[in-house]
Amino acid sequence: MNFYPIFWKDMLLIRRKPWKFLASSMIMPLLYLVTFGWGLGRGMQVAGGTYLDFVLPGLLVMSAMNNSFGPVSTSVNVSKLYTKTIEEVLVSPVGPWSIALGRALTGLVRGLFSALLLLIVGLVSGVHLSLSPLFFLVLVLTSFCFACAAVAAAMIAKSHEDMSNFNSFVIVPMSFLSGTFFTPDKLPEPFQSAVLIYPLTHANIVLRTLAAGGNPSILSLAVLALYTAFFYYLAGITVKRVS
Amino acid sequence: MIHTIDLKKQFGSVEAVKGINVTVEKGEVFGLLGPNGAGKTTTIRMLTTLSAPTSGTATVDGHDIRQNSLAVKKAIGVVPQMLNLDIDLTAAENLEYHGRLHRMEQQDRMARTEELLRFVGLWDKRDTNVEHLSGGMRRRLLIARGLMHRPRVVFMDEPTVGLDPQARHMIWGMIEDLKRSGITIMLTTHYIEEADRLCDRVAVMRQGKIIALGAPADLKAVIGKYVLECLGRHDLVRRFLWSREEALEAGKSMGCDVVVRDVTLEDVFIELTGERIEG
Ligand SMILES: Nc1ncnc2c1ncn2[C@@H]1O[C@H](COP(=O)(O)OP(=O)(O)OP(=O)(O)O)[C@@H](O)[C@H]1O
Ligand SMILES: [Mg+2]
Repeated sequence: MNFYPIFWKDMLLIRRKPWKFLASSMIMPLLYLVTFGWGLGRGMQVAGGTYLDFVLPGLLVMSAMNNSFGPVSTSVNVSKLYTKTIEEVLVSPVGPWSIALGRALTGLVRGLFSALLLLIVGLVSGVHLSLSPLFFLVLVLTSFCFACAAVAAAMIAKSHEDMSNFNSFVIVPMSFLSGTFFTPDKLPEPFQSAVLIYPLTHANIVLRTLAAGGNPSILSLAVLALYTAFFYYLAGITVKRVS
Repeated sequence: MIHTIDLKKQFGSVEAVKGINVTVEKGEVFGLLGPNGAGKTTTIRMLTTLSAPTSGTATVDGHDIRQNSLAVKKAIGVVPQMLNLDIDLTAAENLEYHGRLHRMEQQDRMARTEELLRFVGLWDKRDTNVEHLSGGMRRRLLIARGLMHRPRVVFMDEPTVGLDPQARHMIWGMIEDLKRSGITIMLTTHYIEEADRLCDRVAVMRQGKIIALGAPADLKAVIGKYVLECLGRHDLVRRFLWSREEALEAGKSMGCDVVVRDVTLEDVFIELTGERIEG
């Protein structure tokens, strides 16, 4: 596996424009925090805590997803359709699984970084949650999962429009419906069961339980892990198809 | 070094490359010359593993492009028609990235980067973002990148396209230096002078087929040595002759002001197809 050069280049680009990176990582989570934590949720009590205590794990997961999926899918899409920089990699002796992994690791770093920033802001604002190694592992897994999905989606997309449609019809609905702002059991059937198809729902279920100090559902963890493996497979296959 | 066997590529109903057979020897500079849409880029993309042939195959440095694309990738350097450098990285970083993709050691990467940036005249631009380099500089950097890992075979797709004459001559000089180093080069072009000056042998392509193949001098020798034509009217009456005296003599009966010039590959193409290569 020679994935490192691909990851190295992405990191170099990030280091070149650190402020841009910082700003793009923070803006959405902060807006959500202000809107739902302080604006909408002030004084609201959920399951024995404040709404902010409840919503922060959801925002962390969403932030991990958005900041890995968005930048990775855009960057892969642009390099495939416009700048053709992907062809530089495709004529080099680097296999499709390494290419997919290199790009996905960038998403992992981006997703995790934005989630950690948000976590710090949350903790400073007095949110109560219980942290554990597994808590961070779930954030890592979530970031990596959607980074792999981003590579696959961008490799499949035939235009920039395809990519933005995928965003509007899959990613955005998932952010809202998968239990970020409310627990899925508030939804009527069949929606309550339907949202279990989303990997993000399971990330939410697990992280929320962990934040409350409970034992997470093994099933949800397994579903998240399976999705990650599947998306990595899909990413590798779609890269292989063009190489 | 390169050997194609009925290499074919079809895009839907368009047959871009219609079964070509060529053999390029080690150390040779081999040109694919043809007008826009002849199938030059499509051929290069198949040989560099970027696009799978519809049928037929080829070997590059002894490795089959379909069966063993990884070995092919290790052996080849690619200078694409489209500039695909990372414009947010510096000239040196672009080469470093390429070196890393080819698993070059750090020491070697640094030495080779300096060697190549000096070779293409960009050493003093090593820390400049590609974004701020001119078109000619970018082309030169693209060539340096293709050479970074010391490939045995280099594919150059239109290495001077869109450049002014000065920048073009600079690249020609570089390709001539490379040729002396013994590297095998396959290049495509639709500039007559480029094919004539650089290539040991040229395959003239049109509509996906090779319509003539040979050393530029041999291709030209088939039709003659000098062209006689009416001044400013390339498209009209023209005659091919073997000596300047003969040509001047014949010119007297043309009934117009005449010019006598050397035969070019363009004349060869016009004789074969009735069309021009350069637009
Ligand atoms: N991806 C593609 N899909 C469909 N048709 C294609 C594709 N790539 C090339 N073609 C067609 O194949 C033919 C050969 O194109 P190619 O790019 O190989 O020509 P070329 O000789 O490199 O021309 P140029 O001098 O303009 O670069 C053209 O008719 C072109 O329209
Ligand atoms: Mg071309």
